[in-house]
Amino acid sequence: MLKDNLFSRCCDKCWHSSEKACPDYISCLTQGPLCHHDEKCENKKKENISRITLKSMEKPMIFMGLGTCGMGAGALKTLEELENVIKEENIDVEIRKTGCIGLCTLEPLLDIKMPGRTRLSYGHVTEKNVRKILNSVINGKPEEENLIGQHFSDGDENWKNVPGFFDHPFFINQKRWVLKNCGINDPVDLEQYLANGGFLAFEKILKNELQASVCDEIEKSNLRGRGGGGFPTGKKWKFALNTPADQKYMICNADEGDPGAFMDRALIEGDPYRLLEGLMIASYAIGATQAYVYIRAEYPLAIERLIEAISNLKKFGFIGENILDSGFSLKIKIKKGAGAFVCGEETALIHSIEGKRGMPRVRPPFPATRGLFDKPTIINNVETLCNIPDIITNGYEWFCAAGTETSKGTKVFALSGNLNYTGLVEVEMGTPIREIIFQTGGGIPDNREFKAAQIGGPSGGCIPPQHLDIKVDYENLKTVGAMMGSGGLVIMDDKACMVDVAKFFMDFIQRESCGKCIPCREGTRRMLEILQMVTSNPSSDSSMNSLERLSGIITLEKLAEIIKSTSLCGLGQTAPNPVISTLRYFRSEYEEHIFNRKCSAKVCKELLTYQIDEDKCTGCTLCARVCPSEAIKGAVKSPHYIISENCVRCGSCLVACRQNAISVY
Amino acid sequence: MLELIVNDKPVKADKGEMLLSVLRRQGIDIPTLCHVEGLTPTGACRLCVVEVEGQSGLVPSCACQVYNGMKVKTHTNRLIEARRTLLELIMSSHPDDCLYCQRRDTCELLELASKLGIKERRYKSVRSNPSLDISSPSIVRDPSKCILCGRCVRVCEEIQGVGAIDFIGRGSDCSVGTAFNEGLNTSSCVNCGQCITACPVGALTEARHINRVLNAMSNPELTIVVQHAPAVSVTLGEMYNLPSAADVQGVMIAGLRKAGFDFVFDTGFSADLTIMEEASELVSRISNGGVLPMMTSCSPAWVKFVEQYYPEMIPSLSTCKSPMQMLGAITKSWWAEKNKLDKSKIFSVAVMPCTAKKFEASRPEMGIGIPDIDAVLTTRELYDLFNIKGVKPFELKPMNNDNPFGQRSTAGKLFGATGGVMEAAIRTAHFLITGENMKNPVITELRDMTGIKEARVKIGELEIGVAVASGLSNARKLLDEIKMGRKDIHFIEIMSCPGGCIGGGGQPYGTDFESVRNRMSLLYKIDKEETVKYSHENQSISELYRDFLGKPLSGKSHTLLHTEYMNRVVMK
Repeated sequence: MLKDNLFSRCCDKCWHSSEKACPDYISCLTQGPLCHHDEKCENKKKENISRITLKSMEKPMIFMGLGTCGMGAGALKTLEELENVIKEENIDVEIRKTGCIGLCTLEPLLDIKMPGRTRLSYGHVTEKNVRKILNSVINGKPEEENLIGQHFSDGDENWKNVPGFFDHPFFINQKRWVLKNCGINDPVDLEQYLANGGFLAFEKILKNELQASVCDEIEKSNLRGRGGGGFPTGKKWKFALNTPADQKYMICNADEGDPGAFMDRALIEGDPYRLLEGLMIASYAIGATQAYVYIRAEYPLAIERLIEAISNLKKFGFIGENILDSGFSLKIKIKKGAGAFVCGEETALIHSIEGKRGMPRVRPPFPATRGLFDKPTIINNVETLCNIPDIITNGYEWFCAAGTETSKGTKVFALSGNLNYTGLVEVEMGTPIREIIFQTGGGIPDNREFKAAQIGGPSGGCIPPQHLDIKVDYENLKTVGAMMGSGGLVIMDDKACMVDVAKFFMDFIQRESCGKCIPCREGTRRMLEILQMVTSNPSSDSSMNSLERLSGIITLEKLAEIIKSTSLCGLGQTAPNPVISTLRYFRSEYEEHIFNRKCSAKVCKELLTYQIDEDKCTGCTLCARVCPSEAIKGAVKSPHYIISENCVRCGSCLVACRQNAISVY
Repeated sequence: MLELIVNDKPVKADKGEMLLSVLRRQGIDIPTLCHVEGLTPTGACRLCVVEVEGQSGLVPSCACQVYNGMKVKTHTNRLIEARRTLLELIMSSHPDDCLYCQRRDTCELLELASKLGIKERRYKSVRSNPSLDISSPSIVRDPSKCILCGRCVRVCEEIQGVGAIDFIGRGSDCSVGTAFNEGLNTSSCVNCGQCITACPVGALTEARHINRVLNAMSNPELTIVVQHAPAVSVTLGEMYNLPSAADVQGVMIAGLRKAGFDFVFDTGFSADLTIMEEASELVSRISNGGVLPMMTSCSPAWVKFVEQYYPEMIPSLSTCKSPMQMLGAITKSWWAEKNKLDKSKIFSVAVMPCTAKKFEASRPEMGIGIPDIDAVLTTRELYDLFNIKGVKPFELKPMNNDNPFGQRSTAGKLFGATGGVMEAAIRTAHFLITGENMKNPVITELRDMTGIKEARVKIGELEIGVAVASGLSNARKLLDEIKMGRKDIHFIEIMSCPGGCIGGGGQPYGTDFESVRNRMSLLYKIDKEETVKYSHENQSISELYRDFLGKPLSGKSHTLLHTEYMNRVVMK
């Protein structure tokens, strides 16, 4: 941080400091000074703000996308090369890091902002092309290749013939509220968050609002839990507020465990202060003096940034004792989880924080009345909390204006699978799934057919093509046997086998069940075993097996119903959903597996048959040599054949054959 | 008072009650596998599910509080199907070898399967076959039979405050195990065996000593002696489906003789001996400024508990061996000499309501050169031994114990119940201090099932504070108070198992609050009806001191009847 920064005192008249904060401390920092009038001081503040918001800058600035997705795509190598280039060519620039902006497909992303010009955004910037890109921008002739667009900003000169970044098809239909700062700001730079209006909401409620009125505001906004359950957040807060206790706890649930979900990780990596502000407001609203962020240890970068953000907040007195002289005190602690899926369930999460094994317990009593260490406890998901600051700042009417009748605001989805653009998207509630897939996601690559969209992870279901026009909304999705879930959205094209998809999720659930109640522990295992039988090698069949497969599909449905109605926690109650939903829409695929012993998507390996076309085979022996199980026989220069019983269906022969003589069906 | 509608009939209930107990009171049979009265309901087995109007899912009645106007259905087809399926699911991953199972006659799973009419195998599964844990001297764990109801985990944690076992692993790999899944012997397990009586299936059993006994019996060189603990005779009748309130000592002795034991002694005798030593020790500690409070040492699980968790309080433990060990030591010394027997040719068996006694007998300090006790049978094992040997005790003529160790005072018999040692000790301490017996030997404050009981007792001029606890989590509470600085308690009796030895881990499967209370009242009845109520009035005890030991706390006593303890480091 610079010597003269946002937190420095403007002059001796100013009596604000982080040690002696007054109720107006935050607005004084960004809009002040408020305690005295002095033009010089005001200008000093304004200068600082325009420095931070890049209205005035002395040298070019480079923003490197350093979220986990960017680093996975090689951003660190790019960064290393970038630093080399700067050193070698003696270029005077500043490098800042940002989180993920959402467009993971095009990572590593690199933005360059020249003084007085708009910020340019490049995709796929590797150690090979970074030098060229950097030089081209510095020289005023931006390289067109890899250029995604420019971020228009007031007072800055636009680049000619460069499209707007947010006009990219991936962004154009998004409504970026929660993700506003992600990929734009330096995630742990507190100045930057403040300069953009951060923590004003927190200051506002501390100064002016009663706890109950904060709860009211949130209740009126009709914000619902973004973790999947969709319970009205304000209502939940009121349960805890109205339960008398000497100690209450606020917990942020960042134990994101659904396969295909990475919203929470990206949010924390990209904008930790927004989450913390939401958490602080929530703690105030329910009267909690201790807050926890329960986050899986598998998210090291998110944890690192949270730790830094929290220590900055402590340093400047935003958390601690008597915050901003309001009488409200708050401590925030990070609790790392071991990555058990079930710890996303409220009561299991509480047990885990208490140091016990993460196992759910029977509710009621609900955590809002009896939770962590038997005290009233509220647990909110990351995205839910990230919505709070803007609702407080802009009012509930603003929030309610977006969305559908029952689901307000926006929803963040982690878009993955067979799409042209994957990544993190935020859309208004009520956006049709079709739009998310074909507009935002850029459609299915290689002109293949859309088959299904898996939404809501292991608790959710599959949306088939005939329901593509369904709108994103808690209630709507349920009508087609899916659910909102936490935001995983996996798109599958016609290469996917739906029995295999169901098998994947059942396997996940039976491994991640806590093992406490019978239906979830034993039932999901039995369901998986039935699916395994359906997709197993027909040559190992005994006469009984075919009969069992037949009854299997009936048993699956029965078991699913019983697991749903008798399981202890939400995890078990929704565990059969992937099977129920695929059975509902793709029953013919199950029947094909059971009756014809075929998988037309060619995914279920054991059901495949490999055959050599005698007319095409030249007897080159290549296939026989690569076959690991000696299943291919034949003399040199005469057609080979495959012994089906020995074939392990590895596909090596198919790859090896140069005559295209091997077919799979 | 609340009113709910159960199966279309109005039913009254109290506020705060759980639905399951209300239904059971109505005589409605609801199956459960994980429920234990008095422990936190976990709702794990889901067999007790019922339909509650307004709820889409099924509700576990064990963990559901009643409310006014609640409408409940208990046996609809949907529920029957759900319960049967759940049971079938457990059965599908449970071993089929019921023929060879310890619990074939007492298995709750088997009982439920027949009750719910399961006759067909609808679900097949691939079973994993985890290995037996035979590392513990007292308890054998067979994880393959475990149905993960969690009763053992809760008993260990909530009743005993030990928590040696917990669930480990996720999903279908979930199992019950110790820290790092090591053997039970290296864990914090105190061998009390409460988990065994709680287990509904054959996943937990005692380390059996029947074969040791049978082998010894077939060796003509050996003299086989057996002692039986006070709690056994008031319990054994239950296993023969006798109404629970019956003392069967006479026929049991006859059965023991018929089964092949050469001499039958009563641990009640050495309980009197323990009292002589322990009361003297207490009097000596009080008059010589020794470490107070003094704590009893007859419950071996409790002793291990102190060694593990409160090593700094080891000086408070009485140095007296337990009655079982005292009798073992006297048998292989004085009695052997008297009868001109080679002590190495004596095989000493103890029938105990306890599994920790197996561990105690194996402690190296319990014997000089050779162990004082060679085999320990639980009450359950005695029943099995009788069956193996074809002994039907109730067809035999009652007999008496063999002397000199066949006589006991009722004070010695009271050892079987929580508070009994304390009562017996105070009776004798009173005599030792004042020279006369108490006017009323019964101390009512110490006579019930309460977890922690306290009393102020006047002995002549002296007033002492005494406390009695059963269940180790209660002991923990008491000990923590002492550590925090309580000074008004001078003598503490701890029994590891709830209710004392009559609720021990070697007692019949499914021992519950009610059965323990019945056994307890039987002991009080004996105390009321018999005439010798004071340990120091036991004639054989006087004879033993006169002929052999000299006086309490003598040098010989110290060698044979007293012991020492050690700081144990275990995974906590």
